Amino acid sequence: MEIGHALAWLQSTAIAKTIAENEILFPWIESIHVLAVVLVIGTISVVDLRLLCIASVRRPVSQVLHDVLPLTWGAFALAALSGALLFSSNATTYAGNFFFRGKLVLLCLAGLNMARFHLLGSRDVAQWESSSRTPAAAKLAGAVSLAIWISVVVFGRWTGFTLH
Amino acid sequence: MALAFTKSLAAFCTWLEQTPVSQTIQATSWVVPAVQSVHILAIAVVASSALMIDLRLVRLVGTDQTIDDVLGRFLPFLWWALLALLATGTIMIIGEPARSLLNPAFQLKMMLLASALIVTWLLQFLQRRFAAGGDLASEYQRTAVMVAVASMLLWASIIFAGRWIAYYS
Repeated sequence: MEIGHALAWLQSTAIAKTIAENEILFPWIESIHVLAVVLVIGTISVVDLRLLCIASVRRPVSQVLHDVLPLTWGAFALAALSGALLFSSNATTYAGNFFFRGKLVLLCLAGLNMARFHLLGSRDVAQWESSSRTPAAAKLAGAVSLAIWISVVVFGRWTGFTLH
Repeated sequence: MALAFTKSLAAFCTWLEQTPVSQTIQATSWVVPAVQSVHILAIAVVASSALMIDLRLVRLVGTDQTIDDVLGRFLPFLWWALLALLATGTIMIIGEPARSLLNPAFQLKMMLLASALIVTWLLQFLQRRFAAGGDLASEYQRTAVMVAVASMLLWASIIFAGRWIAYYS
């Protein structure tokens, strides 16, 4: 199968083998991955809690987005890079893991939810962003985002526990 | 003296391991990963809350708000999440006493945690004493920057030490 060959090739690259075989490199990259992931979910939850009118309610939504999103994107870039390196070191095994695959699906859903909010839900944001009530669509985007990212963490932890 | 302490600690771990609570946790496969997941989510709250406060202290983010506003927004989340970390951490220690208490990475993590708690308290103290609700007076700005950087480094180190527990088992 094509993908199987691609994964096997990826695992055999010099960088992948170095990470897999080096006792210190993998834990360090993994630690960076954990730090990055907790910052992604921690910072995006600031936005989500604002959309749900649970916290930062007196601040305009656009101000919260302006402060937080650069941090979220920076952390996400670090998480993606460290994640890619970890994945490459054991590509075939991770690709065959149900929870890892589930995590990738969840990440896609998170992206879709975010895109939907930015393209549709936030078009008229100037009208409601300073009020203490947000439209249902914004609340839904916030709730879905929180649910997805919590699930990403759970699926990520379960990947480690079920890796064979 | 250190050896005597280590021996007592090891004896305590052996005793704890035999208790019904510990045995139940060890026998129920999903408890540890579930508790760890809650632990990680609580870490996300603590680390991000500390980050938002620290970034405001160094005047990089949220300067349209007073420091008091930022502390008011994030400190409650930080302290409640620390409580959750204590609860989930206790369950994990009870479930796997030796893996935590006798582990050098865990012991380092606890020392770093004590330091982080002191720094967080110091932050609140600085704000109460030297600010009039707004920003710190300029002569304390350098102190604020040092405290903020120390805070960020400590929480990141705690996360690293936590991950390394698994590698010292």
